[in-house]
Amino acid sequence: MEASKIDRIVRQYGARESAILAILQDIQAEEKYLPRETLEYVSQKMRIPMVHVFRIATFYNALSLKPRGRHKIDVCLGTACHVRGGDKILDKLERDLGISVGETTKDKRFTLESVHCVGCCSLGPVAVIDGDVHGRLSQEKVPGLLKDFK
Amino acid sequence: MVCAGTGCVSCGSLQLRERLEAELKDRGLADEVKVVITGCNGFCAEGPIMVVYPEGIFYKKLTPEDVPFLVEEHFLKGRPVQKFLYTGPIVKEKVPLLKDIPFFEHQVLRALRNRGLIDAENIDEYIARDGYAALSKVLSSMKPEEVIQEVKTSGLRGRGGAGFPTGQKWEEGRRYDSFPKFVICNGDEGDPGAFMDRSVLEADPHSVLEGITICGYAIDAHQGYVYVRAEYPLAIHRLNIAIEQARNYGLLGKDILGSGFDFDIGIYPGAGAFVCGESTALMYSLEGKRGMPRIKPPRSTEAGLWSQPTVLNNVETFANVPPILLKGGQWFASLGTEGSKGTKVFALTGTVQNVGLIEVPMGTTLRKIVFDIGGGISDKREFKAIQIGGPSGACLPSSLLDLEVDFDSLDDAGAMMGSGGLVAMNDSTCMVDTARFFTDFSVDESCGKCVPCRVGLKVMLNILNRITTGQGTMEDIDLLEQLGKHIKSSSHCGLGKSAPNPVLSTIRYFRNEYEAHIKEKRCPALVCTSLIKFRVDPEKCKMCGLCKKACPMEAITWEKKTPAVINVEKCIRCRSCIQACKFTAIE
Ligand SMILES: Cc1cc2nc3c(=O)[nH]c(=O)nc-3n(C[C@H](O)[C@H](O)[C@H](O)COP(=O)(O)O)c2cc1C
Ligand code: FES
Repeated sequence: MEASKIDRIVRQYGARESAILAILQDIQAEEKYLPRETLEYVSQKMRIPMVHVFRIATFYNALSLKPRGRHKIDVCLGTACHVRGGDKILDKLERDLGISVGETTKDKRFTLESVHCVGCCSLGPVAVIDGDVHGRLSQEKVPGLLKDFK
Repeated sequence: MVCAGTGCVSCGSLQLRERLEAELKDRGLADEVKVVITGCNGFCAEGPIMVVYPEGIFYKKLTPEDVPFLVEEHFLKGRPVQKFLYTGPIVKEKVPLLKDIPFFEHQVLRALRNRGLIDAENIDEYIARDGYAALSKVLSSMKPEEVIQEVKTSGLRGRGGAGFPTGQKWEEGRRYDSFPKFVICNGDEGDPGAFMDRSVLEADPHSVLEGITICGYAIDAHQGYVYVRAEYPLAIHRLNIAIEQARNYGLLGKDILGSGFDFDIGIYPGAGAFVCGESTALMYSLEGKRGMPRIKPPRSTEAGLWSQPTVLNNVETFANVPPILLKGGQWFASLGTEGSKGTKVFALTGTVQNVGLIEVPMGTTLRKIVFDIGGGISDKREFKAIQIGGPSGACLPSSLLDLEVDFDSLDDAGAMMGSGGLVAMNDSTCMVDTARFFTDFSVDESCGKCVPCRVGLKVMLNILNRITTGQGTMEDIDLLEQLGKHIKSSSHCGLGKSAPNPVLSTIRYFRNEYEAHIKEKRCPALVCTSLIKFRVDPEKCKMCGLCKKACPMEAITWEKKTPAVINVEKCIRCRSCIQACKFTAIE
């Protein structure tokens, strides 16, 4: 990520320690993950030790140090989705994409992850693709779900 | 009123609105009929939902293609459209009016008082329904001590899980003379299967802001924060709008309503760590540190955010505050039980007919919630258990359906109110697997600071894995119970103190299932795949071929008039056939 962009994000929140999480989230929103060089730059810019930046970056589920694909699929495995077969949706996606949860397809099209509840439990089982919630899923609906993503 | 909670939006309610507005305009009705986008209506099972006032006619599962017909019939000819109306669960009759639908009939709306009635992005609509009247009353005519007294009189207890008396917390927050002080609203809502706070923030953000501001006045704080999980972008968006509007109206910022009281609120997005819902962890997270709980005391009311006195309450707790000050603590206390006053919002999900968001008086029985409001178990299955309180809660069996739900009765049953997630489970759920599921969750989310929680839970998980794969022994049950008790008594924070509850409660109420797994190497609900033979019982097989259709691997051979056969070599044990079979012929 270019330094100027990072500067802009840091400026928006101020270089305070309390802003670190929000800053990392904004960077991640643009880059889809947190590249090491970017973290080093943030550390210098904010005068926060690299170990501390790392402590934050590794603690929260939403932050990732690994590159991700162009589209991110989060399958909900929260309780409500679990009792309605969320694990089967995940199985089907793993089979269709040929990857396990936590991995990215070779062509970088999709990254598959699981989450614990996105707050749409009444539509379970649920998957979130690039922020859009898809509810009332079944294994049969999975292929149709993926076809519009390049 | 078109519902635009997250549930309905993902079913297409925004396209519905566009189409509706265009159609009304085409027909020259745009001036007579106003389309309003509201927050979650609650009856998510039937979304997208639309309610037409003044009559209160309830339409369900609408699509944009239905709009022209609907506008023609309803708005031009004045006839409710039968086919989009709700059909009663028992007597199969159409129920046109929202208030007559059983799902709504048994509810009492307080925290959700404005749901489905106002546009969440428009402060004027909130004000029109007595919004900010409580704040104005408080600032103009009440001393902080009187505010606290009123909240104490109401008997309001925190809705975030532990049920700590809110008035008492505020009193402590006021007592310490160290400035600045802070108010934090906990919108982390990490319990899987719960979405109460999300809906309140999306449907009625101003009620939460008003509650926070009143708290600020009561304890002499001038800054508040709302910590919202990053998974809730719509809630964050609506809060931002609401804060902006409140500032423009002089309801936040300097010299609120000319009273000389300054208060402002900021939003802080979380990043997906369950333990950050714990109060001290949340404060560390806000400070930009790792969200790990610390040992109390000191309590947060003495040394919280940046070691300053801080009052932290849940979203729903704050939403309850404005009406208490407007109508009085006595009014609030008129509903509920001896130890728990008022109402509670629950997210009713799982395998019931009517999933959705409900609000009922404290002391309502589980039976009423599951069967009267929830419409009973779906798919013609039997009720088996209800899970309450999320990963720190318990699974309660049908013998406890008449339990009157409040903080204390749940404690006695080995459960917890938690934040209000209720997940109904039918007879195709395995209780050992459910216990394993929650323990897995807690192992994942443990922050790792204290040993009992970090290591102990892992050991419990290993034992449960042993049992579900048929390698358990009867001693394992005792071991689980002992470990569970020790972890509860020796962990640092609420996560470890409550994480063994799902295991302990399932052993307490469903011991026979553990025994079946261990002694007979059998999973009665056919969930634990290592214990399933994947064999078709030719006696029971009705030769319908449904299992063959369901199999994703083509591992089933079947021809008309012969029983199906599963090829175990090809089988990936996905259980699709078991779910497809109507005659329980697969074992
Ligand atoms: C592991 C853990 C997770 C928690 N998660 C939440 C949560 O998501 N939302 C919440 O309001 N309270 C949560 N709590 C409870 C808070 O610590 C705190 O008691 C509560 O927010 C106080 O508000 P109240 O008095 O209004 O209930 C959690 C507690 C623990 C131990
Ligand atoms: S459990 Fe899946 S959205 Fe809540």
